[in-house]
Amino acid sequence: MQFNRRRFLTAASAAALATPAINRRAMAASHSGPIKFVSILDQSGGLDIYGKPMVDTTKMAIDEINAAGGLLGREIDLQVFDPQSTIQFYTQFATQAAAGEKADVVHAGITSASREAIRPTFSRFKTLYFYNTLYEGGVCDLNTFCTGSTPAQTVEKLVPHTMGKWGKKVYIIAADYNYGQITAQWVQKYVKDNGGEAVETEFFPLDVTNFGPTIKKIQAAKPDMVMSALVGGAHVSFYRQYAAAGMNKSIPIASTTFGVGNEHKLISAEEGDGMICAYSYFEEVDNAANKAFVQRFKDRMGDDAPALNELAARSYEAAYIWAEAVKAAGTPEREAVIEALRSGAGYDGPSGRVAIEPKTNHANQNVYLAELKDQSFNIIETHENQPPTDTLLVCDLVADPNQSTFKFENGLEAAGIEL
Amino acid sequence: MDLVLSLILQIIYGIANLALISLGLAIIFGMMRVINLAHGEFLMLGGYTVVVATNNGVNLWVAMLILAPLVVGVFGVIVERLLIRWLYGRMVDTLLATWGLSLLCIGLVTSIFGASTTTTISPPLGVVTIGEYTSSGYELFLIGVTVALLIAVYATLKLTKLGLLARGTMQNSDMAAALGVSTSRIYMITFGLGAAVSGLAGGLLAPITGVLPTIGSVYIAKAFITVISGGMAILAGTTTASILLGGVNGIVAFLTGPTIGEVALLLLAIILLRLMPRGITGRFFKKSL
Repeated sequence: MQFNRRRFLTAASAAALATPAINRRAMAASHSGPIKFVSILDQSGGLDIYGKPMVDTTKMAIDEINAAGGLLGREIDLQVFDPQSTIQFYTQFATQAAAGEKADVVHAGITSASREAIRPTFSRFKTLYFYNTLYEGGVCDLNTFCTGSTPAQTVEKLVPHTMGKWGKKVYIIAADYNYGQITAQWVQKYVKDNGGEAVETEFFPLDVTNFGPTIKKIQAAKPDMVMSALVGGAHVSFYRQYAAAGMNKSIPIASTTFGVGNEHKLISAEEGDGMICAYSYFEEVDNAANKAFVQRFKDRMGDDAPALNELAARSYEAAYIWAEAVKAAGTPEREAVIEALRSGAGYDGPSGRVAIEPKTNHANQNVYLAELKDQSFNIIETHENQPPTDTLLVCDLVADPNQSTFKFENGLEAAGIEL
Repeated sequence: MDLVLSLILQIIYGIANLALISLGLAIIFGMMRVINLAHGEFLMLGGYTVVVATNNGVNLWVAMLILAPLVVGVFGVIVERLLIRWLYGRMVDTLLATWGLSLLCIGLVTSIFGASTTTTISPPLGVVTIGEYTSSGYELFLIGVTVALLIAVYATLKLTKLGLLARGTMQNSDMAAALGVSTSRIYMITFGLGAAVSGLAGGLLAPITGVLPTIGSVYIAKAFITVISGGMAILAGTTTASILLGGVNGIVAFLTGPTIGEVALLLLAIILLRLMPRGITGRFFKKSL
């Protein structure tokens, strides 16, 4: 269902040349034409392992909605931009989507850096914005809906479970940028809250591939467990070198990031077995909606189907949450849709119920803990309807809707949260 | 004591790792003066050869030690014939051409195999225990392979007729041609050998790193820094630069953390090049290979 502006104009001008009567109809159609849904996600460059499945499921959601008759009797026109893992393209495409295409809604951004680069653009051009990636929490913006899980939802459950199972001395390793830094602070906080000790916290630039010195340090520190918030392709090396030194047998790993780029397929079963991760979605979640979702996705993608993770499932669900809000509002117009979204809009999708929480514009959602076995996850705990308590600590859009900030820009202390 | 011993072992491995990822580039850039920005992708192709071959039932050792260098070596010969041979002596042009080649490789591999490929391999050879500390047996094996590879390249260049012709051609190709050497063939073979060494390195690293289409970008900067710091004598240069940079990186990373470890490596490279603009072998070991 590719029907973009250029083709529309070609068709419209051809019609204009043909007969004046058809011309009038084409003009009328442009006022109640398709609803514009723009997606800006990396499909090339280093972030494509995250972006590609997100685009695949977004397309699937829009195709399904269109096949079921569209929204308000109008077709949804999906346009996908590929910013190629480059922030500069994000700002360029965001401006194009908001000012040029006059999109009704934009779903965009993977890293927090990309989100912070484009969020102001959408506020300025009054374009509704969805960010569907799990992230460190703290965005407080009436125009922005963050549907992914945040540390209070995942880390808060993962830390007590794994500490109870493995012990109280925790060694934290994380990627060296704002997601890793802030997530490491949340881990430190929850470890302390649960009576444990964070023996060491180490940060890694995204291109480190030799983790030897750190593995020796972990052996010297003798923690009960390692908590990882490593990110990206280079960091996959850590899990392999850790296993090569025989460490995965003695000191287990828990992670808030492993698996969301389908890392569990990039290392072998014997290297990964026993790791515990927390997300608001796993492909292995056991409910009818998810089974049907996974089946439809596989039928659609054939042999090339990537493994499904929270990012992919949430991109799909977020498209439906927006669609439900448009139906409830009776118009795709921004203010009405924001109003509808904040009046308890939600969707019963593959991950269970995801509902917008109006104080933060984040989502109440299920959180699952799962253990890795033979390159797939076994769900071991389910926590239903978890609120984004971290962002709730610092953000109240009901009391003051006129906000558009990122509260954790300089870490948790900046937001007055004690470690 | 156990810690010191296993840490020394770890640092030697870091040095070997640096030498391994740089050696192919040392041949292609250090010797042939082709700025090969697709070097990272040569390593990536070696890794992919291993992952795809083992997924299709090929023995891991065969895939790593035979298939990876073979596939990437043949790929290197094709690239040299189609692209590089028109550009000898035009360094800036090779930079652009190989950058394009790098993007092409990433694009091709992504469109054939997708953004990520499931792997089933894990590092062979088990664990070596030193007191309370454990190291990977495979990492020890890699140290051995790197030393063997350095010796093999040295022997090829120093002791064989091909090596003599290659060195002569790179030094003065007009004179070599006047003496009846087919310089075009020598260029092709040397480039192919450089690519094969890169492929072997990529294949050997596959079991202990993530293999993704974009992983080449992780290696390229370090390989160039090592080769440029090393200077004109490719083997002595690459070896001494690896020892200095890898050693400092390993020690600082253990003492302070990986971020400062990376900073220390880059800082040392800057200081080296400020003091010795022609690389380490521009001042020391001038007569070596």
